[in-house]
Amino acid sequence: MIRVENLNNRFGHIVTANNVSCHFEEKKVTVLLGGSGSGKSTLLKEMVGLGRPDSGSIMFEGKDITRLNRKELYELRKKMGMLFQGSALFNSLNIFENIAFPLREHTNLSDSVIKTIIKIKLEMVGLRGVEHMMPSQLSGGMTKRVGLARAIVLDPKVVFYDEPTSGLDPIASGVIDKLILDLNKKLGVTSIVVSHDIESAFRIADKIIILFYGNLIAEGTPEEIKNSADPKVRQFVEGSPDGPIPFTLTDKDFIEDILIG
Amino acid sequence: MEAIATLGRGTLNTVQVLGRSALFMLYALYAAIIPPYRFSRVLKEIEFIGAKSFLIILVTSLFTGMVLALQGYYTLSKFGAQGVLGSAVALSIIRELGPVLCALMVTGRAGSAITAEIGIMKITDQVPALEMMAIEPIKFIVSPKIVAALISLPLLTAFFDLVGIVGGYLVGVLMLGVNEGSFFGEMIRATEFSDIYGGIIKSLAFGFLIAWISCFIGYNAKATTEGVSSATTNAVVITSLSILVIDYVITSVLL
Repeated sequence: MIRVENLNNRFGHIVTANNVSCHFEEKKVTVLLGGSGSGKSTLLKEMVGLGRPDSGSIMFEGKDITRLNRKELYELRKKMGMLFQGSALFNSLNIFENIAFPLREHTNLSDSVIKTIIKIKLEMVGLRGVEHMMPSQLSGGMTKRVGLARAIVLDPKVVFYDEPTSGLDPIASGVIDKLILDLNKKLGVTSIVVSHDIESAFRIADKIIILFYGNLIAEGTPEEIKNSADPKVRQFVEGSPDGPIPFTLTDKDFIEDILIG
Repeated sequence: MEAIATLGRGTLNTVQVLGRSALFMLYALYAAIIPPYRFSRVLKEIEFIGAKSFLIILVTSLFTGMVLALQGYYTLSKFGAQGVLGSAVALSIIRELGPVLCALMVTGRAGSAITAEIGIMKITDQVPALEMMAIEPIKFIVSPKIVAALISLPLLTAFFDLVGIVGGYLVGVLMLGVNEGSFFGEMIRATEFSDIYGGIIKSLAFGFLIAWISCFIGYNAKATTEGVSSATTNAVVITSLSILVIDYVITSVLL
């Protein structure tokens, strides 16, 4: 579905993608895992055309997203949905208008049809009845669900999730995990999840890709990742503070640093 | 050597920002004139920039007119020329104070809010969310504000002029006892059409400046809380200063 090839990114002297190549399969849930600064968010932005890589290509439906002009990109984005980390609902519009927004912009549907579509989408995320509330009146988990309803309102082929469970309590995270799986199984939506939540990744992923400071260090099913012998992957899976991924930033010796300065 | 490099870098940065802001504005204008038009967004912005500024413009203009009459009466009576008070008040307001004070008040009220609104939309990912919904953010957010400012400012300025003159009348005629006939007679005799359209040209230019600067700074605010707060301050300061400078330039061209 989406194929990333030889992607390179750097910000100043920090490398956020070092010749990364990977494939996101159609109708599967792929989780892109990595710590902060691993380059996973940058990669996500580039997959949807919100950023451009230094080099490399990202193929979606036979087109290279990194080389499209604005018009072509907008055409392609109608087939994409995205759930932002902070939901990104418009706080001046109520829930109904928020979800109706893409429909009003891109379709000529009548009000009654829009109403029905929104009922269906809200039912999917289990929130029918909140239409007239404002985003500020909902909890974090609920705004995420509304954000998801808005992301799927145009029936996209691919949905991107940016840290869908971060900042949520375990129950709300569980709900989001279930919704991601539901959408994937019932509607056949290709799902690409960027996350650092390893538990959630094991629950939902068909395939996991682990990025470490811009390098792709592992790619496989949750089983393969769990049983990986690679010490970097093990450290990530077990969440150990120190290991191949060091706890301290500098490699200068501590005692030496104190004594000599 | 370092000093020269710093100076050079500073100059380059400034030129770059100016260039980017010009492109930003040109793009927003271009997006405003090609369909689909967003009439409802423009109306909403006119309500925000224009209609909601009514009260502060009412108070500002009333007191400006009143104090002008008071000061004018004091000065003019030294020459025994109280009769021309009406024209003094009207010309100062129509030519100068109306457009300038109006623009400064709108900057403080609406300009700061525009910057903060766009900055917050950026922090909370609403701008990339628009992009993801295949909606051009500049066309959606910025263009309606520019059109609305261009419509609102001249109207607010006209309203300011009117109420300012009423304020002058209240103090000059009703309180200080200037003859009503000479107050309005002098005013009509001295005020020419060019005074009025000069004021309108100024208000158009200021409306454009307010929308341009506050949108550009908001759109380029750093995506942090401090970023938005400093952007808001900068927008108000830079817009206010530009209004005063441009006011001088326009006045000198029109005279």
